[in-house]
Amino acid sequence: MKRRDFLKSVTALTAAAAVPAPAIWSPAKAQSRQETLLIVSESGPNNLDIHGVGTNVPGYEVSWNCYDRLITHEMKTLPNGTPYYDKTKFKPELAEDMNVGDMSATFKLRKDAVFQDGTPVTAKDVKWSFDRAVTVGGFPTFQMSAGSLAKPEQFVVVDDRTFRVDFLKKDRLTIPDLAVIVPCIINSELVKKNATAQDPWGLEYTKLNTVGSGAYKVTNWTAGSQVVLERNDKWKGGPLPKIKRVIWRIVPDAGNRRALLERGDADVSYDLPNKDFSELKTDGKLTIVSTPYSNGIQYIGVNVQHPPFNDVKVRYAVAYALPYQKIMDVVLYGLGKPMFGAPADTATEVAWPQPHKFNTDLDKAKKLLAESGASNINVPISFDLGFAGVNQPICELVQESLQQIGITTTINKVPGANWRTELTKKTMPLFTNVFSGWLDYPEYFFYWCYHSGKSIFNTMDYQSPQMDTFVDGARAAAATGDWSTYNKDVKGFVDLAFTDMPRIPLYQPYVNVAMQKNVSGYQYWFHRRLDYRSFVKG
Amino acid sequence: MGGPDRPGHDDHNERREMLTMIVKRLAMAIPSLIGVVVVTFLLTRALPGDPAVYFAGPAATPQAIQQVRVNLGLDKPLIEQFGRYVVDLAHGNLGTSLTTGQPVATELRNRLPASAELTLLGLIVSIVIAVPLGIVAATKPNSLIDQACRVISTAGVSLPVFFTGLILVYVFYYLLGWAPAPLGRLDVFYTEPPHVTGFYLIDSLIAGDPGTFMASLKQLILPALTLAIFSLAPITRMTRASMLAVLSSDFVRTARASGLSAYTVIITYAFRNAMLPVITTLGMVFSFLLGANVLVEKVFAWPGIGSYAVEALLASDFAPVQGFVLTMAVMYVMLNLLIDILYGLIDPRVRLEA
Amino acid sequence: MTDLAASPRQESSLTALVRHSRYVLGENPVTGFAFALFVLIVLAAVFGPHIVPYDPLASDTSEALKPPSLQHWFGTDQLGRDVFSRVVVATRLDFFIAVASVALVFLMGGLAGVAAGFFGGWTDRIVGRIADTIMAFPLFVLAMGIVAALGNTVQNIVLATAIVNFPLYARIARAEANIRREAGFVEAARLSGNSDWRILTFQILPNVFPILVVQMSLTMGYAILNAAGLSFIGLGVRPPTPEWGIMVAEGAQFIVSGEWWNAFFPGAALMVAVFCFNLLGDGLRDMVDPRRRT
Repeated sequence: MKRRDFLKSVTALTAAAAVPAPAIWSPAKAQSRQETLLIVSESGPNNLDIHGVGTNVPGYEVSWNCYDRLITHEMKTLPNGTPYYDKTKFKPELAEDMNVGDMSATFKLRKDAVFQDGTPVTAKDVKWSFDRAVTVGGFPTFQMSAGSLAKPEQFVVVDDRTFRVDFLKKDRLTIPDLAVIVPCIINSELVKKNATAQDPWGLEYTKLNTVGSGAYKVTNWTAGSQVVLERNDKWKGGPLPKIKRVIWRIVPDAGNRRALLERGDADVSYDLPNKDFSELKTDGKLTIVSTPYSNGIQYIGVNVQHPPFNDVKVRYAVAYALPYQKIMDVVLYGLGKPMFGAPADTATEVAWPQPHKFNTDLDKAKKLLAESGASNINVPISFDLGFAGVNQPICELVQESLQQIGITTTINKVPGANWRTELTKKTMPLFTNVFSGWLDYPEYFFYWCYHSGKSIFNTMDYQSPQMDTFVDGARAAAATGDWSTYNKDVKGFVDLAFTDMPRIPLYQPYVNVAMQKNVSGYQYWFHRRLDYRSFVKG
Repeated sequence: MGGPDRPGHDDHNERREMLTMIVKRLAMAIPSLIGVVVVTFLLTRALPGDPAVYFAGPAATPQAIQQVRVNLGLDKPLIEQFGRYVVDLAHGNLGTSLTTGQPVATELRNRLPASAELTLLGLIVSIVIAVPLGIVAATKPNSLIDQACRVISTAGVSLPVFFTGLILVYVFYYLLGWAPAPLGRLDVFYTEPPHVTGFYLIDSLIAGDPGTFMASLKQLILPALTLAIFSLAPITRMTRASMLAVLSSDFVRTARASGLSAYTVIITYAFRNAMLPVITTLGMVFSFLLGANVLVEKVFAWPGIGSYAVEALLASDFAPVQGFVLTMAVMYVMLNLLIDILYGLIDPRVRLEA
Repeated sequence: MTDLAASPRQESSLTALVRHSRYVLGENPVTGFAFALFVLIVLAAVFGPHIVPYDPLASDTSEALKPPSLQHWFGTDQLGRDVFSRVVVATRLDFFIAVASVALVFLMGGLAGVAAGFFGGWTDRIVGRIADTIMAFPLFVLAMGIVAALGNTVQNIVLATAIVNFPLYARIARAEANIRREAGFVEAARLSGNSDWRILTFQILPNVFPILVVQMSLTMGYAILNAAGLSFIGLGVRPPTPEWGIMVAEGAQFIVSGEWWNAFFPGAALMVAVFCFNLLGDGLRDMVDPRRRT
C-alpha cells in the first residue's frame, strides 16, 4: 500500500539526515572552531548598551567585552587556582596612568587607543560618556551615584589626552566605581551623528551597535536567539585575545544546555542547575569552576512590619526552624558556602558575608514561638519564578519545616517580570531572594539591604536608627581612612543584623561555569559574567 | 453526498460569485479582529507586574521608576494608551518590545518564516502518516487495523507536546546522537541562506547550497516530528470519517459493482471525493499548530514567533503579545478564506449549496 | 456533515441506549478498555489520598532522587518525595480541572449556543461574534494570557480552559438547536401552546445534550493538556501541590541527567488519562450518533 511507501520514505529521509551523526563541526571548519567560542545560556541581551533603558544582565556582558573603561582590576588567584579580580588593585585599560589626588583623580589616555571605526579616543569622548551615564537616568545613573559620581561638572577635559574627575566628597567607592561596567567609553562623535532631538544621547543607536574601543564588537544580534561577536584586532587595552569569534546561543531549556555540553557541542555554559554542575564535576569530562558570589547571600526575608514577625522571638523561631542543611544537600548539592551554624564562641569579623549562629533546632523554635504567644500564623512565602530552580525547592522545604512548628505557609510564585514590583512594595511577609553587590564592601551591602533609607533591597522594611548610625559611620570612616572606627562600626552592624534578624542568611551562592577540557582562561569578575578576552581554546 | 464532477457554470458568473464571497468574508472578519485588538489590549494591561519597575533596572529609586513610566507612556489613562495604540496600529507600527529592544513588526517578520516553515513541515509529515492511516482504517471499519489506527493517533494527541519534544531530544540527540543539537534553525557553523522566502529549505535550494539545505532539514526533523505526532489524530479521524461516508455512497457502490479493482475504487473514486472535508480540517489543524508551536519552540530553542510571544507575556512586555495575537488573528482569517476558496475550486457546488 | 436532522432518533428511551451501549462496547473493545480506565481514574480520584503509601508532600532528603524500587514504585523526586504517591494523589486535582472546566464551558457555551440556534437574530449574531473573536485568537496564548493576568490558581486555569473551548461548544450547540428548531416534534409542542422557553428546556436541550457530552469527554483531555502546557511555562498550580503537568514540567530537567522517572510516570499518568478521555469520547460518539455506525 501507499502508506508503507510513505513511511519508508520518511524513515529513509530521517536516516539520511542523521547519518553524519554528531559531526556538527565539519572538518573544513575545524580551523574556525579552534578560534570560536560557543557559549550557551538561558537568556540573551535586550540591549547592547548598559546605559539603555532597562538593559538586562546579559546585556552587561556585551558591554563589558565591547567597551573599555579607564581602569580595570588586577587579577589574583584563589586557593583553588581560579583567577579572581583583585578588588583593591587597579590597572589601566584606556588610561595609561592614574593619579589620585585629595579631591580629584587625573587620567592620561593611551596615545594609540582608537575606536573600532579607527578614530582616536579622546578625553572629550570620556567626558561625553560619563556625562551620559550620570544623566540618562535609571540604572547607570544610580550606579554612578553609588561612587558619588553624580554631576557632569565633575568630569573635566584637561586636554585631548588628559581627563580629570573631581570628587563631590570623599568616598572610598569612587575609584572602584570607575572600574565597574557602567563608566564605559563610547565613540561620542559617531553616536552624536546618529542621535535625534528626542534621543540626544543616541540610546536607540547604541542599543543595536557597539561603538567602543573594546576587544570585541557585535556583528550579529538576533534578539532571543543569538549574539555573534568578532575580535577587534585594533584593541589596545591589553594583549590581543586568543578567541577570534564568540557565538552566544540562547538555549532556554536547561536539560538541552547540559546535553550540548556533554556531547561537546557547546564550549561554555554558566547557568545550569546546581545538580547538573555537581554531577558534571564528579563526572570529570568537563572543567567546572565554582566561585562564591562576591558580597552575595541567598536569604529568607521576614517583613518586620508584618505581625507576628514584628516580634523578634517569632523571627528567631523561624531562624531556628529553617532546614539549612537539607537546602545545602538537595537544592545546592553542596555548591554554596553555608552562612549558618557558626560555633557559639565565634568572634564577629570585619568582613561580609559571614555566618550567623542559628542552626536547625525545632524544639527551640517551638519554644520561642510559644513564648511569643503568636498562633494561627498563615502567610504566603514568595519567590522569583525566574530562578525557580533554586527558589522553589527552598520554599517547599521551608514550608514543610515551618509547618512543623505551627506556621502555615502557601507558596507564591511571582513571575520574574513582577518580582521587582513586589520587592518595591515591601509587603511580602516571607520570601527568599538573593542579593549581591558589585562593589565588595560590607558597608555597601548593608547600605542597600539594612539601612532604613529607600533602597528596594531593604525588603524586610527594617527600620533601626542604631543600624543607620553604624552603616553611616562605617561609610564615613572608610572615606577618611579611620580604620578603627570603621572596624567597630562594621562589627556593630553585623552583630545587630544577627540580633534583630530581619533577614535570615542561608548561604553564599556559587557562580558555576562549565567548560570543555580544551577551554581555559576563565576569570571571576564582580559582575559574574564572562570576560571573553582571557579565554583560550585548544 | 459526493458524486462525480458535474459540468457546470459559466466562468464569468463563477468569478463574480467568488469575489463577492471574498469581500463578504473579509467584511465579516472585521468585527472579530476589532474584538481581538480590544481584548488583547485589556488582557495585556491586566498582566501583573509594572514594566516601569522592571525596566528601571535594579535598585531604581521611585523617581527613576516614574521617569521610565513617563518615557514608556504608561502614566497616561488607559483609554489614551489605547487610542495611541490604535493610531500606531493604523500606521503599521506595532510598537517596540522592551525585552528584546526591537520593533515588534520587524521581529515578527523575521520570526514568522521560522514558525511557518516548522509548522508546514510538521503538517506535511502528519499528512503523510495520517491520511494513509485514515484510509486504511476506513476500508476495514472496526477491524483490528481500524482500532490500531485509532489508538495510535489518539496516543499522539494525548501527550503534552513539550514532553514529546523533550523525549525526542533525549533519545535522538542525547542517547543516540542521530539528531543535531537542538539549537534552533541552523548549525552554528552554517550561515543562513540569502533571504528570499525566509524558509531555509527553499532559500538554500534557490541558492544552490545542498549543505545548508541538509543542515536546516536536520534541525527541522525533530520539532516537525513533535508537531506531527500531535496532529495525527484530527487528520486521521477526518480522513476515516470522510472516507467512510464516501465509501458507502451510491456512486462508489456502482463503481464496485461494475467490477473496478478495490485499489482503483478507493484511490481514484473515493479518496478524491473524500478530500474536501480533510482540507477543511487541515486549515484548522494548521492554525491550531501554529498556536501550539509556542511550547515546541521553547524546547528546541526555535527562533519563531511563538517562543517570542511566550517570553514577552511572562515579562509583561505588551507590544509583542499584542502584535503576535493580531498577526495570528489575521492569519487565521486569511487561512479560512483560502480554504473556502480552495474548497470552491475543488467542488463548485459547495458555494451554491452553502 | 452534521445533518443529524436526517436521522431523528425515534427510540430515545433509556433501554434503547443501554442496549446500544452494550452493543458498542461489545463491538468495540477499545471503548470498553477506555471505560475501564475511566473507572480506575475515578477511583484514584476518590480514594487516592487514602490509599497511597506515603504523604505526597513529605520530603525525605536522604532519599532524594532514588530510582523506582520496592519502597518507592515510581522512585522519589528532588526532595525525596514519593513519586507514586504524588502521581496517585494528583489524579483528583487533574480530574477536577478537567471536569470543572468542561462543566463550565458546557454551561456557558452550550446554553449560549442553544439560545443562538433557537432564537436566531441578535442572540445568534452576538454569540457568533464572541465565538468568532475567541477563535481568531491563538488559543494556547489566550489561555496563557488569562492565567497570567488573573493569577495562576486552579480556578483561573479552569476558567481559561473553558473560555478557550467556548466557540466549539457554542457552535455545536447552535447547529444542533438550529436544526431542531423546525423539527416536527418542536412544531407539535409549539402548536399545543408551549412557550419558547419551555420548548427550549424540554424539547431542544435534552436532544442537544448527548452531542455535547461526546464533546465533553474530548475536551476533558484537552483541559489536562492545557494545564500541563501552562505548568511548563511556569503558570501551573501552586507548589508543592501534586499535579501531573507540573510534575512533568519540573521532572523534565532531570531527564538528561538520567532521573527519567520524575517526568516519565506523571507523564504516563497524564497520557493515560487524556488517552482514556479521548477514546471514551470516540466511543460515546458511536453510541450517541449512530450515523457513524457502518
